[in-house]
Amino acid sequence: MALHVFKGGVHPPQQKNTAEMATKTMGLPTKVVIPMVQHLGAPCQPKVSKGDMVKVGQVIGDTDAYVSAPIHSSVSGTVTGVDQIVLSGNRPVMCVEIKPDGLQEISETVAPPVIESKESFLSAIRASGLTGLGGAAFPAHVKLNPPKGTQVDTLIINAAECEPYITSDYRECMENTQGIMEGIKHVLKWTGISKAVIGIEDNKPDAIKKLTQAASGQISVVSLHARYPQGAEKTLIYALTGRQVPSGKLPADSGCLVMNVTSVAFIAAYLKTGMPLIKKRITIDGSAVKCPQNVEVLIGTPISEVFDFCGGYKEIPEKVIMGGPMMGVSQFSLDLPVLKNTNALIALDEKEAKLPQESACIRCGRCVKACPMSLLPLELDRAVRAGNMEDAQGKYHLLDCIECGCCVYACPAKRRMVQTIRLGKDIARRNPKK
Amino acid sequence: MENKLTVSSSPHIRSNAATHKLMLDVIIALIPASLAGIYFFGVSALAVIVVCMTSCIGFEYLSRVILLKRNNTVPDLSAAVTGLLLALNLPPSIPLWIAIVGSFFAIVVIKQLFGGLGQNFINPALGARAFLLIAYGPRMTNWTAPFAQVDAVSAATPLAALKEGGTLPNIMDMLLGNIGGCIGETSAIALIIGGIYLLVRRVISWEIPVIYIATVGLFSWILGPEGLLTGNPLFHVLAGGLMLGAFFMATDYTTSPMSGKGIIIYAVGCGILTMLFRLYTNMPEGVSFAILFMNVATPLIDRYTVPKRFGGGAHV
Repeated sequence: MALHVFKGGVHPPQQKNTAEMATKTMGLPTKVVIPMVQHLGAPCQPKVSKGDMVKVGQVIGDTDAYVSAPIHSSVSGTVTGVDQIVLSGNRPVMCVEIKPDGLQEISETVAPPVIESKESFLSAIRASGLTGLGGAAFPAHVKLNPPKGTQVDTLIINAAECEPYITSDYRECMENTQGIMEGIKHVLKWTGISKAVIGIEDNKPDAIKKLTQAASGQISVVSLHARYPQGAEKTLIYALTGRQVPSGKLPADSGCLVMNVTSVAFIAAYLKTGMPLIKKRITIDGSAVKCPQNVEVLIGTPISEVFDFCGGYKEIPEKVIMGGPMMGVSQFSLDLPVLKNTNALIALDEKEAKLPQESACIRCGRCVKACPMSLLPLELDRAVRAGNMEDAQGKYHLLDCIECGCCVYACPAKRRMVQTIRLGKDIARRNPKK
Repeated sequence: MENKLTVSSSPHIRSNAATHKLMLDVIIALIPASLAGIYFFGVSALAVIVVCMTSCIGFEYLSRVILLKRNNTVPDLSAAVTGLLLALNLPPSIPLWIAIVGSFFAIVVIKQLFGGLGQNFINPALGARAFLLIAYGPRMTNWTAPFAQVDAVSAATPLAALKEGGTLPNIMDMLLGNIGGCIGETSAIALIIGGIYLLVRRVISWEIPVIYIATVGLFSWILGPEGLLTGNPLFHVLAGGLMLGAFFMATDYTTSPMSGKGIIIYAVGCGILTMLFRLYTNMPEGVSFAILFMNVATPLIDRYTVPKRFGGGAHV
């Protein structure tokens, strides 16, 4: 039963300035830097070395681990280095740097896969390098194969796109409606799930209309109340089905499989062409950007070159966010590359990037009302700051926080609860309960 | 790119809610009640308001900046709100030095000694009023009649009249504030206007004031003077400090519970205690002590009303 809403949440200004701008394609960058970890799970080992010639779509990183996804070259050219680079979040990751030769020769390995069974479908998805394109970057072949003992009856397609600024999924809905439907049908066919529901916020009427016209049979479109974080997996499942994913469990445990709308469209394209995941549509926006727009970018392109393609800056960028302003990751360098799950690059000017001063919590309860997980962010903040991990985990359910940022957004004292909660989760992971 | 980028934990945008804006809204919402107090009780009421606000701000600065050497919290306006609320809870004839003692007690003893904004365990203005009632009883219960000349007629409050068998004022006078009482508590209509402003601005939510007032109304109707169900709810709702207490004091963020369930327990508790104090104790009025009692109970209520987390059972 669709409820169309969830409890809590906030209404940040939508800033969907780029919604009506058709996707532009960016040309070849001067170099690409492709990290060997662009997913949740085990890192890939580089399969090329310095001086090697590579072609578009060629595997350059892979691993035997199950929860992982191979990495492909997005250009043809020469490998100029295989080195460890520190990415944002202070993660040292092996990266393959390639200088394009400008020919964009396609690798011989790129060919439409032959699908005869669920197994061949899943191995094709793995070979495509697909990870969740909504942002979480979970390997798709793992997600599409729910653990034994779970009964999945609903495929949920996430087109909510609740983060401010971002319109890349919206453009997918507008520009590739048929591709989305084909992708959904493939997933339904090979996973044996009986029905699919596309969840989309009601602030995108044109996309709802297009999707509804194209949807038929097992596929339906449900318009949801626009409120952040509508597109978070748990709140989306709740709004569409009324089911709550049990604490600490997977969506499959509540009978749902959630995929991003661009991810399913990619599946359709991959099954047709065999071209793995080497490019991504991203929204470029923010107060420091001269010409906000949607751009199709090769994975590994340095952030600075993407901004240059968009006419550069109108103000000095003070903060650059990969992803949306609510959950995106601020970058420490513009040399860092675009990743598989990048859906936006937001550059903020000095005024918007300024961090507000924290003041004392007045216990107003705005964070409690905003929390979609029904937690007490102020108490979590206090417990973690006091080093009281027992209360933080046992009493206030630290690990149930989805880090959506609603509490911090709503806080009049400008307290950084999510930062403290992240710190608390890190402490909890390092000291597992006996 | 030469310039350094700002790196911080998400979210990267904030709403424009701010502590000082909330406090300013409370001050704005108290303007009608303050004006009504000055209108009915004259310049002495104005003097009490000015003295309380300036001395609260002064004590805040003194204790934070000069004694504790911490940041100056005067701009967050919380001390100004405490000063105004304290003034509105004092009789118009109160000697100004007592108002200053009350301000000291509110800001230094109740607020800063316990850790400052957000750490006080009872509402500072109400705590100070309770202290002054004990320390300076007669002066705290010497009620000036509206429009009285200096040193002239004193008047019993409606609740005192009820207790001592005097004549009760008519409802219209109680609504407007043409009765004896504290500076800011007599004009129900001015307080309701201020309360609605706070509700519209979403500074407070409806639960505490509505449930509190409804509980008082219901309780007073059930336990009427002529037996069950003979009470006059309107009288009890409009009398004393209920409107001021329900909209402006019981809703104090720091000393009221967090969860929806906790708020209901708290508001019903305030209502029941108010009526118990009014009907069955020597005190004519019970709002202040009822709220103080529930303030103290708030940590306990919070402990037993932690909301059920999403995915924590029941709906699965």
